[in-house]
Amino acid sequence: MRIADHPILGKQRKREVTITFNGTSYTALEGESIAAALLANNIRTLRYSEIAKSPRALYCGIGHCFECRVTVDGVRSKRACITTVKDGMFISSQGVDSP
Amino acid sequence: MKFDLVVIGAGPAGISAAIKARKNGAHVLIVDENPVAGGKLLGQLYEVPDKGWWIGQRIAEKLVDQATSIGVQFLQETEAWGIFPGWKVVLENSETIDTSYVLIATGAAEKALPIPGWTKPGVIAIGAAQVLTNYHRVKPGKRVAIIGVDPLSLSIAQELQLAGVEVVGIYLPPINPFSQEKADPHYLLTNLAKMSHLAPNQLLKTAGKMLHNPFVKKLAAKWYPANGLKIGNIPLYLRKRVMEIGGETEVDHIRVAPINRNGGTVLDDSIPVEVDCVCLSGGLYPLSELAGSVGCKMVTIKELGGTIPLYSPEMETTQSGLFVAGNITGIEGAKVAMAQGNLAATAISSRLGLLENPSSALEQAISEVEKERKNAILTFMPQVEEGREKVTTMWKTT
Repeated sequence: MRIADHPILGKQRKREVTITFNGTSYTALEGESIAAALLANNIRTLRYSEIAKSPRALYCGIGHCFECRVTVDGVRSKRACITTVKDGMFISSQGVDSP
Repeated sequence: MKFDLVVIGAGPAGISAAIKARKNGAHVLIVDENPVAGGKLLGQLYEVPDKGWWIGQRIAEKLVDQATSIGVQFLQETEAWGIFPGWKVVLENSETIDTSYVLIATGAAEKALPIPGWTKPGVIAIGAAQVLTNYHRVKPGKRVAIIGVDPLSLSIAQELQLAGVEVVGIYLPPINPFSQEKADPHYLLTNLAKMSHLAPNQLLKTAGKMLHNPFVKKLAAKWYPANGLKIGNIPLYLRKRVMEIGGETEVDHIRVAPINRNGGTVLDDSIPVEVDCVCLSGGLYPLSELAGSVGCKMVTIKELGGTIPLYSPEMETTQSGLFVAGNITGIEGAKVAMAQGNLAATAISSRLGLLENPSSALEQAISEVEKERKNAILTFMPQVEEGREKVTTMWKTT
């Protein structure tokens, strides 16, 4: 899903970092949001709704709707769209038992 | 520590204001909840006729570099959750910052466009698609449908295509209390023409040009081809509505129904179209809660996109010392926002006694805003001028 070489913007040179989402390790690029990093790894579903347990994901992308909230290094409800990945970051979905 | 000015929001309006005020000698702090300063500039990418590409990210980086080099302080990843008389800006960690003046430049958010299935993973707001594609350089999907026809969605459709995303089409939403005129082909045709006179985007320009002829405009809603018109390589379906977004756990299709010549939906003829991402474009509205919560007089002006804090010709709200700039005052492009930021900062500098000739500086800053508005290549609200006039009239009678 990554745009390796954009016709106008060119190539990106960013350092790789490793993040963990629901127990699995993924490669992310320094400076990108959690939501972008997971989507680049073909992951859309970020959490499950509290009552119906239906899947939820990135929606507004500007930190306004809170649909993409995830638990980051033990802190609940961080917005995946405006939280930057960090090497060794441990992310998990809400609305399910911890994997 | 006390600041002369605290700016809330590090978008084009906020950073421009901070630079101006700092240059005049004020001590300025910008508070912003995003990890990187730049606001909506970060995702913008379009070709300006005869001038080359507007690459928002680079413009944002230049502004931030300039601001930092002259001593503007940035506080990123920090929410301002309240403003209290005095003025005091309270941050999410409950730290309080004292300041003589506050500029609220919180920008805009997208209106919801609820459609059955819109909570499924893979359905995103059109602005999210823009940031993913142009800033993070991650495709929002492989096959993308866009619902909602407006300057923003037409622009981003082309940006997606540029990045190698297949855009299967731009469709209308179903008729419901949220979609209102966005579901009406006739309204769209009339307003596209008004919004596209200087558009940088071929899609928008062609659609607009086609409709400048009043005879065509009148007929277009009825006779617009049922199979859409391809502009660039993207089909624009003004006679198809997306009735439902489907998929077991994530989006895998949309259900598309034709619109008959009277504007009604022909449900019996609906068909599924395979997609893995749907972008909803409900239009933008000013993000003005913070100003409302401090007791600024709020007014609803449809021509500007929603409810805004009433402001003076110098961008001051009804709360003395509290200013606004950018999309919180109405939906317009980044260049107008920058000019408004400049104007608010000039007014604040004048109050701080930092200007030698405040009246001519203000006059010039006001004319810059008008100039940018007149030269805007993207108009989001077709009657924005009328909206601004309403503000002027309302301010005089307050």
